Amino acid sequence: MEPFKTHTGLAVPLNRVNVDTDAIIPKQFLRKIEKTGFGKHLFHEWRYSDYEGTKENPDFILNQEPYRKATVLLAPDNFGCGSSREHAPWALGDFGFKLIIAPSFADIFYNNCVKNGILLAQLKSLEVDEIFAFVDKNKGATVAADLPAQTITAGGKSYSFQIDAFNKECLLKGLDGIGWTLQFEDKITSYESKINSQHPWLSRG
Amino acid sequence: MSKTMFEKIWQDHLVRDSQGDTAIIYIDLHLVHEVTSPQAFAALRENKRTVRCPEKTVATMDHNVSTRTKDITKVDANSRTQMDTLSNNCREFGVRLYDFADKDQGIVHVIGPEQGLTLPGLTIVCGDSHTATHGAFGSLAFGIGTSEVEHVLATQTLQQSQPKTMLINIDGQLSKAVTSKDIILYIIGLIGTAGGTGYVIEYAGSAVRALSMEARMTICNMSIEAGARAGMIAPDDTTFNYVKGRDFAPQGNDWEKAVAYWKTLPSDVGAKFDRVINIKAEDIKPMVTWGTSPGQVTSVDGVVPDPETLKDAVDRTAARNALAYMDLTPGTKISDIKIDKVFIGSCTNGRIEDLRAAAQIVSGKRVAPGVTAIVVPGSGRVRIQAEKEGLDKIFIDADFEWRFAGCSMCLGMNDDQLKKGERCASSSNRNFEGRQGPGGRTHLMSPEMAAVAALTGKITDIREFVN
Repeated sequence: MEPFKTHTGLAVPLNRVNVDTDAIIPKQFLRKIEKTGFGKHLFHEWRYSDYEGTKENPDFILNQEPYRKATVLLAPDNFGCGSSREHAPWALGDFGFKLIIAPSFADIFYNNCVKNGILLAQLKSLEVDEIFAFVDKNKGATVAADLPAQTITAGGKSYSFQIDAFNKECLLKGLDGIGWTLQFEDKITSYESKINSQHPWLSRG
Repeated sequence: MSKTMFEKIWQDHLVRDSQGDTAIIYIDLHLVHEVTSPQAFAALRENKRTVRCPEKTVATMDHNVSTRTKDITKVDANSRTQMDTLSNNCREFGVRLYDFADKDQGIVHVIGPEQGLTLPGLTIVCGDSHTATHGAFGSLAFGIGTSEVEHVLATQTLQQSQPKTMLINIDGQLSKAVTSKDIILYIIGLIGTAGGTGYVIEYAGSAVRALSMEARMTICNMSIEAGARAGMIAPDDTTFNYVKGRDFAPQGNDWEKAVAYWKTLPSDVGAKFDRVINIKAEDIKPMVTWGTSPGQVTSVDGVVPDPETLKDAVDRTAARNALAYMDLTPGTKISDIKIDKVFIGSCTNGRIEDLRAAAQIVSGKRVAPGVTAIVVPGSGRVRIQAEKEGLDKIFIDADFEWRFAGCSMCLGMNDDQLKKGERCASSSNRNFEGRQGPGGRTHLMSPEMAAVAALTGKITDIREFVN
């Protein structure tokens, strides 16, 4: 995984609440065994006016200039709700998104993004509203994230966000989570021998 | 000190507590299916890692399978590739697999409980957000992404930050024809689709205690639709009676030991929850969604709301978008909405009790002209049991289609889909735009209400129907 330290990029406002992962990447594109190539189908039903994805819907914001090159996504509450499909961050990342700013995110989606080097910055509703207003007024404006400092900068104003210390470290270092856990393999082994004797019905062998 | 059931299970599974970083918790049961696992197995292979506990890993094929045929050559090439990939992965890593042709194949959240793999006090994960279903047994069960699937395969553990706890008490007696599906839709309407974000919800109270195991599973299943990581219900005699004697349930001496442990799990008197909600069972009516989010829900005797009357600007915009997509006009009576299709099935409502309840309603009657109705059992075992009871004949005689087990039209990954503009009365769990097929319109409700809708061709108040 690519480490994430800072990012400055063009921000696109997606003014829809409760954007679910079915909308981010519809089911017909989940029948793959790779992690790549999902970006073309990001927001498929909104982005294209035909099932095959050959005709763009000109009303959808990602089909308008300058947003085709957006790397920062702004959204209202509960972004990424619904299905646990990690294809959603794969699609967002493949399109080019590095940073998503919203007042709240769904839990599983949040974890999935951290695992894919995408920073989710949770700001207060009023702060997100301010950034929405700023990018609406200044089409094509950039928004910046500084993960070590835990700040988002937009329109000369700085906003701080909270992030779990471990998630922060994972993003900053591009950490291999499995490698990290396996440094405690002896603890896993001793847990297993303890629990298998206390709760023998758990060793299903 | 008094503890919640969640805290007890969490502490019993701590391999390593957080030291300013993250806790590592042990996973007792890992359920796997064909859509969210191929990339995880591929990464294991790439990194020369292996499956730590194949015996605690169980796989099935459910999302992609055809419900019309058991002939794998008849499914599309991409789905077939995913199924073949799962077969190969399970063979290579020694994981037990119920493949598309196995008589015990079925939706992952139906087969776990029916085989006794799901037990109280376990930690259970699956690359599927409806894993919360298993919490009905008093286990901690939740959905994970593919990177986490890989992590569990390799280490049998997960890195987790401790969630907050919410208690939802539902006391009193449910009114006639009100089901556990109505309870959970009512709760989602009340707390919103993000109301549970960051929480594990425990459902309690006399109305919950009175429910069967299958009805409890329906409630826990849709916890994710309220944003919650997991839903749980304390184990009791109903739980123990359901589990006893199942294929993988503890036996003999182990059974006694297990029950003694399970009886220690319910939340202690005085245990502190971060949030408590009290609901009167009598306030709950049969519920139907009108929008494109499960929180856009009302009772069947209600009307489609007017977005302009909503206080919150964001809700207003969301409701406007939803009504445009659903092609509904504010003020329309819910019971005047005509439907084209009916889907009875899914991990929410595809169990034998659901099929019995629906069959009782349609027995001796006919699906309304112009309506297509399908019944998709949750598993091969549910299908066989239903056939033993003659339910298949009741459905077929009433012009329902009787299918093989799978996720089917809940998410339309196979060929069971709504066409653009079609409207469906569905016993499933999500009414998102395009969920059941691009341009399709979903109204979520209980399987009983979906069955009535099939007969009348419109959403119908079951209370009038059964009277």
